[in-house]
Amino acid sequence: MKWPAMGYARAKSLAELWSALDAHGSAGQIIAGGQTLLATLAFRLSEPSTLIDITGIPELRGISVQGGALRLGALTLHADLCCDPLVKAHAPLLAAAAPLIAHPAIRNRGTIGGSLAYADPAAELPACVIALDATVITVSAKGERRVPAAAFFTDLLQTALEPQEIIAAVEFPLTKRLGAIEEIARRSGDYAMAGLAATLHLEAGRVIKPRLVYFGVGKIPVLAAAAAKALEGRSLDTASISAVQAALAEDLDPPQDLHGPPEMKRHLARVLTERVLQGFLREKVQAA
Amino acid sequence: MIPISLTVNGEKVVRHVEPRRHLIDFLRLDLGLTGSHAGCEHGVCGACTLRVNGKIMRGCLILAASLDGADVVTIEGISESGEVSDLQAAFVARNAAQCGFCTPGMVMTAAELLAEAGTPTRGEIREYLSGNYCRCTGYQAIVDAVEDTLRSRSAKP
Ligand SMILES: Cc1cc2nc3c(=O)[nH]c(=O)nc-3n(C[C@H](O)[C@H](O)[C@H](O)COP(=O)(O)OP(=O)(O)OC[C@H]3O[C@@H](n4cnc5c(N)ncnc54)[C@H](O)[C@@H]3O)c2cc1C
Ligand code: FES
Ligand code: FES
Repeated sequence: MKWPAMGYARAKSLAELWSALDAHGSAGQIIAGGQTLLATLAFRLSEPSTLIDITGIPELRGISVQGGALRLGALTLHADLCCDPLVKAHAPLLAAAAPLIAHPAIRNRGTIGGSLAYADPAAELPACVIALDATVITVSAKGERRVPAAAFFTDLLQTALEPQEIIAAVEFPLTKRLGAIEEIARRSGDYAMAGLAATLHLEAGRVIKPRLVYFGVGKIPVLAAAAAKALEGRSLDTASISAVQAALAEDLDPPQDLHGPPEMKRHLARVLTERVLQGFLREKVQAA
Repeated sequence: MIPISLTVNGEKVVRHVEPRRHLIDFLRLDLGLTGSHAGCEHGVCGACTLRVNGKIMRGCLILAASLDGADVVTIEGISESGEVSDLQAAFVARNAAQCGFCTPGMVMTAAELLAEAGTPTRGEIREYLSGNYCRCTGYQAIVDAVEDTLRSRSAKP
């Protein structure tokens, strides 16, 4: 399938981006790795427009620790997440998530900014940024905004981004905690039928501040409140894991989708809960 | 039309391209390099896998217009350089190519795994190749060929 006729412009700086966005108005669309956008263009799911390439904008690049946070520029590749030493040290959950995203050739070009902006409900990184309590740094001609990850995803494929506003970076607090991600997909590299990204602290054997984020089970990633309440302050054992599984009935309201009915998704979520929490229990974990 | 100047298999190429041209059509139709295949053209099958700036990517998900200054290496390039001659011989020995449609993409993908110089298991080889579809071989022979090549490379000093 061929792409429709369209325009193409390269922005080499944020200033150039703002003028390109101004010039093209609603017909302009940002392209980063293109690993989602170009596939949807092939299906003619998007209208012909002008693609504005942001991959040459230096302000959107870079992985650094600054101001007590790990900062990943929006253009950080999925392939960087798996291997960058700063990511491994401060957000190993992202390093664990990267191999679950698509395939090597796609990970070499797809970006974290593109993944968060597209907001696929079955994608790994939106769930991970919520589990890690990250902050999405957005930028527009009017300046920067800081949006907590948990407030960034607003509806199916919708985010808190305003028109002509982009993701500049994501910041992760340098908190030491445990993190894990598990998903169930029909084939390796596919979007998940259901998945769970989780972080928690263990203090004297007790769970503190668990964040369980389920993906592929709703319009947006679900930060499970009842499940977290069921786990807070308890030791990790078969009884507390069962309590979390039971609490999920309150947190999840999965829609029917291509993969199956809501009850199948609920079942998968319980299975994933068991796998992730048992994993913590077995200490096959990394500090997130 | 967008002007681009890039390197393809070591040779400098200067062209004007339409924004809607993807890298595979650019190579096949504009440069006559037909080794890279266009299968699904939406990122799923891997037949279009090639190297851009040293890393494998989906040629069907890259705008040729975005490649100003890039370094592209196709199956023609790595065949000529001899980088994968042992892998290609193993493909023949194991009968890992039948219709051959997936083969260039398979070889490009396996070449990146081989270049990492690790010691992947069969499962890890399969995982690495999971984004490359083959409708003929059933994959077994392909994994065999990659495994043979890994073994013989690591046996060498
Ligand atoms: C076969 C296949 C399998 C895949 N499997 C998975 C998977 O299992 N899990 C998964 O998570 N993803 C998967 N993906 C998608 C992949 O992860 C993409 O890389 C990612 O979703 C989008 O990143 P991108 O940089 O390519 O964005 P693009 O495709 O360039 O852009 C996507 C959208 O985000 C917008 N955008 C991009 N960057 C920004 C920014 N900085 N600020 C604001 N808006 C922006 C664009 O305008 C566009 O609307 C798959 C893709 C393919 C082709
Ligand atoms: S042609 Fe590119 S992935 Fe199928
Ligand atoms: S050999 Fe025919 S598709 Fe792989």
